[in-house]
Amino acid sequence: MNRVFPRIPSGCAISGIMNKKGKRISGVDIMKSIALMHDRSNGLGGGFAAYGIYPDYQDHYALHVFYDSLANRVTAEEFINEHFNVDASEMIHTRKVKSITNPPLIWRYFVQPKKNKLLSSELTEAEYVVQCIMKINSCYEGAYIFSSGKNMGAFKGVGYPEDIGEFYRLDEYKGYIWTAHGRFPTNTPGWWGGAHPFTLLDWSIVHNGEISSYGANARFLEMFGYKCTLQTDTEAITYIFDYLMRKTGLSLELAVATVAAPLWKEIDRMDDDRKELIKTLRTVYSSLLINGPFSIILGTRNGIVALNDRIKLRNMVAATKGDFLYIASEESGIREICPNPEKVWVPKGGEPVIGLLEGVKSI
Amino acid sequence: MTLDLSTPEFLIERNRDRCIDCKVCVNQCANEAHTYDEEEGKVVSDDTKCVNCHRCVALCPTKALSVRKYPLEFRSHGTWNAHYINSIYKQAATGGILLTGMGTDKNYPIYWDHLLLNASQVTNPSIDPLREPMELKTFLGRKPDAVKIENGRLAEKLPPQLELEVPIMFSAMSFGSISLNAHKSLARAAQEMGTFWNTGEGGLHRDLFPYGKNTIVQVASGRFGVHTDYLNSGAAIEIKIGQGAKPGIGGHLPGEKVGREVSLTRMIPQGSDAISPAPHHDIYSIEDLRQLIYSLKEASNYEKPISVKIAAVHNVAAIASGIARAGADIIAIDGFRGGTGATPLRTRDTVGIPIELALAAVDSRLREEGIRNQVSLVIGGSVRNSADIVKAIAIGADAVYIGTSALIALGCHMCQRCYTGKCNWGIATQNPNLVKRLNPDIGAQRAANLVKAWSHEIKELLGGMGINALESLRGNRLMLRGVGISEKELEILGVMHAGE
Ligand code: SF4
Ligand code: SF4
Repeated sequence: MNRVFPRIPSGCAISGIMNKKGKRISGVDIMKSIALMHDRSNGLGGGFAAYGIYPDYQDHYALHVFYDSLANRVTAEEFINEHFNVDASEMIHTRKVKSITNPPLIWRYFVQPKKNKLLSSELTEAEYVVQCIMKINSCYEGAYIFSSGKNMGAFKGVGYPEDIGEFYRLDEYKGYIWTAHGRFPTNTPGWWGGAHPFTLLDWSIVHNGEISSYGANARFLEMFGYKCTLQTDTEAITYIFDYLMRKTGLSLELAVATVAAPLWKEIDRMDDDRKELIKTLRTVYSSLLINGPFSIILGTRNGIVALNDRIKLRNMVAATKGDFLYIASEESGIREICPNPEKVWVPKGGEPVIGLLEGVKSI
Repeated sequence: MTLDLSTPEFLIERNRDRCIDCKVCVNQCANEAHTYDEEEGKVVSDDTKCVNCHRCVALCPTKALSVRKYPLEFRSHGTWNAHYINSIYKQAATGGILLTGMGTDKNYPIYWDHLLLNASQVTNPSIDPLREPMELKTFLGRKPDAVKIENGRLAEKLPPQLELEVPIMFSAMSFGSISLNAHKSLARAAQEMGTFWNTGEGGLHRDLFPYGKNTIVQVASGRFGVHTDYLNSGAAIEIKIGQGAKPGIGGHLPGEKVGREVSLTRMIPQGSDAISPAPHHDIYSIEDLRQLIYSLKEASNYEKPISVKIAAVHNVAAIASGIARAGADIIAIDGFRGGTGATPLRTRDTVGIPIELALAAVDSRLREEGIRNQVSLVIGGSVRNSADIVKAIAIGADAVYIGTSALIALGCHMCQRCYTGKCNWGIATQNPNLVKRLNPDIGAQRAANLVKAWSHEIKELLGGMGINALESLRGNRLMLRGVGISEKELEILGVMHAGE
């Protein structure tokens, strides 16, 4: 297993909007916000994640899949049909956009795990779905599941984010959380799967930065069955949160204290209980510290979390107005869609901005 | 007396215009290479006795002395070079095995020199260690798979850990093989730098018990100086199975080095050879090792991590996996270029494998088996500078042991004659007149300085890579590229070639 992990650094713009009452808005605002930061991407990748968009199928996993060819679809569908009950399957509606060339075949399935398969696998439902996704993504050529949550979806591709939004007709979808990403890769395979956001089940991540701990993070994750098949840091970050929160059951607050761990000299100043807890986390999960510059917006069905690396090497601004929380790489990205926010602030390194839906206790 | 066929190895040159016949060299050379000729009223030298330790050269007040290779060459021959011819002369004269000290002096590949480090440019910022925090803190010991938390509080304590401020420890060198002043120097330096030194297999001198918090006590096959107080005096216990310079054989301390203090500390009669058996006679298999690990854990109340030190040998990955499963908290691997006080020359020069490959193989294997986090990896055996350390950590080590480097900091000049007990620098000797040449206050300062200097350099290199905590480098082989080595070597090291 002396695998060497290929990877591609990239810089970016990110943006996020959420309504804490769960009121759904169209994708127009998020497209405007990310379009304003056009210069932060270079047309080689853009994408969105939206929550609340499939109310009619809220209990189904919505699989969004890229296929290179019809033949790839036929083979992968065999696997999907074998492991899931597919209640709807369709090609995702797109619009012709001049700058978007050569899109793959893009399909959507609303599925539920087959009961008998799930039982005999002796896995939790979430783990079962994750393993099926990992299987397709690492073993099925020309097939790539890029979104798999319930009542949410990712839309991404190669192009400027506003063009990608146009292409996917995001103005026609309505969600209570929207996140967006414009990518500035320094090198790219020109592959649609490589665009952000990266998602796994309900998790979605948009990320700006290049993490210098990638090799350490990825090799640790491999030990726990995660396959870093993609060429992005974002994938690793998603798996880290999935591992810490879903698999080991850490709270969001402690997961954040693990990936953007406080400095030892700050830990030394904590009270004894806290000190021991944070020290233990940092020691046991030392390989999951995310090092180097990053700003990320993590989305789940319950809300969003925005986080900067612990010494704040990437810009990120937050604002609120009424029931809305806004996050963007630049303040202008917020003012474009919310000219007079009630509060605007620059979150400190390592200190998360947490937006939760009303009535929800944790992310 | 039979005819001695050997010729001198070194030539002592005395500049007669400078020499004032002050006899400093006569007093400094424990090998008695310099003598004062009363009749002639001048100092003369005997080349055959010189081991080229630089002591007289460094201390001569008028800089009248120099030593160089004896300018005598055999007729050149691809197979029969001077080393092999002279070895035969020696063995034909003595009938004995050839002994030597320090690590192998042969030109085996040094993979550190075929690995290059990464640095940030544009896409992510490098970090300036003078202006930003840069963390080297390292914990050695078993880590559970997951942290158990109940109601926001820690539900299960972390198993015992060694907390290091820097990822550098002083490796095992026994009292006996090196002097008490050398031990004192290392113990004090470890304390000052927030790291650990290792007693080696000769017990712990009573004067050094106060340094227990920074001490790793070793238990080897000879069990010299092992008793309950000893086991409980340190911060961790290390079982020594093998050593890089002499895998497969035990330690050997010649009787000449066993004076009163060594005898008391080791609990053996004065003047007797202290010969450790090749294996531990209670460990013939991995199950036996497990028993010893757990008896030591029992004896120390499960409060100290237990380390197992092995030599890097061919099957090291499988052995390390076995050791991790046997319950060890730390595995220390000593590469075949590692040093020693005394070893049979042929063993030193031909047994074992390079530490870089051993480390890469062990780290990969433990990850494949999903148990890498259960055990810490410490490597040693030819760590020469801070860049070697950074490379070792990027391959997958948690920390390194330094032995030879530490002795060089104390003044060792690498003459490789540690086994004679006549170390002119007061290090590998028990002769009180020589021992006092090493002032432990100065020694401690110099060893601490070395660690300090190296940690500054490590921080510079980390910052350059855009990393501000050492853990983000650990096992991060993407930060390495190979140059001038084969596909196979790259594959074992798990790194890409430069340019890829
Ligand atoms: S052994 Fe050392 S002290 Fe003696 S002559 Fe040679 S260099 Fe000088
Ligand atoms: S420790 Fe002393 S005897 Fe050994 S190599 Fe160094 S200077 Fe020579």
